[in-house]
Amino acid sequence: MTAGSNQTRLDRRAAMRILLAERGELLLVTGLGSTTYDAAAVGDDPRNFYLWGAMGGAAMIGLGLAIARPDRPVLVVTGDGEMLMGLGALATIGLQRPPNLALAVFDNGHYGETGMQPSHTLATASLHGIARACGIEAAEDIGDEAALAGFARRLNSRSETLFARVAIAVDDPPRVLPPRDGVLLKDRFRQATGMARES
Amino acid sequence: MSGAEASDWRDEVFAALRAGDIRQVGYVPDAGHARLIDLCHADPAIRAVPLTSEEEGIALAAGAWLGGQRAALLMQSSGVGNCINMLSLTKNCRFPLVILVTMRGEWAEFNPWQVAMGTKTQAALELMDVLVYRAARADEAAETVAAALDIAFNGSLAAAVLFSQRLIGAKRWVK
Repeated sequence: MTAGSNQTRLDRRAAMRILLAERGELLLVTGLGSTTYDAAAVGDDPRNFYLWGAMGGAAMIGLGLAIARPDRPVLVVTGDGEMLMGLGALATIGLQRPPNLALAVFDNGHYGETGMQPSHTLATASLHGIARACGIEAAEDIGDEAALAGFARRLNSRSETLFARVAIAVDDPPRVLPPRDGVLLKDRFRQATGMARES
Repeated sequence: MSGAEASDWRDEVFAALRAGDIRQVGYVPDAGHARLIDLCHADPAIRAVPLTSEEEGIALAAGAWLGGQRAALLMQSSGVGNCINMLSLTKNCRFPLVILVTMRGEWAEFNPWQVAMGTKTQAALELMDVLVYRAARADEAAETVAAALDIAFNGSLAAAVLFSQRLIGAKRWVK
């Protein structure tokens, strides 16, 4: 089901709250734009690595992090536009399939940062279909809070690579801006997660 | 690899990666890196990650560092052009990064399509403040890689080693 259908859609801030409600040891990477603001709106945390650029890179940062930290669940939350720019990452992740990596794509079918132009998912592209075709078998299409809560409960099990395309309402809530100093974000993340700062 | 001895420069480069505690190696397949890729896959201490495009590796290496592991990337010179915007991640956050680049388009090249990017590879890296070192002889390849690893991980800097097409050798292009 693509974003243009009659599927119910979640409020993006409520969706992020559900994902992080019982985050435990979870490490979070967010894509540039709205998902970064959504995470900040739930509450800034040094274990959040927010992207403010590097479009298309969120999923691969999650992969490198998940391989390096098999002891921690790693969640990437990004938008449809950011995921579309780095679709090859799904093929790369499908080959590696670290059991502690989960990806949730907040799909509102639009580029929210640039004037709400329609994205490729609005009419045609199916992100969960692409993920599944890349070998990520646990790829779901989520359109209600109960299903998203079920996905969130599986994050801490670290049993297989998870992918969720989350149908998100077309909305532009007030921006909540986390720090955007990249060195600060990197260093505080490493300090908060037990990685000694080497430089 | 008939005639390949323990002193093959690619084996020495691999030893330098191991000595530098590299734990993840992202790569886009390249004939010049073929032996190094095989060595990485064969070593249980290293996670070798095939990429669909080189910029994925820039993000992979950043994630590895967030998780406390060192990564290195292997790519051909044409792939450097794919990395430009993603290198803003490296630069903004001062992530350490080491890229080993096999050069095309610079020495007795058969395919003119390789020349456009091959002649701009170093400039493209330097445009994004990646330190560039060149290895033109077999006996300097491993020590150049070791030096790049030192400067990158000691100083949270990005460094690339360009293996010249002359070093990789004409026989690499012969079936």
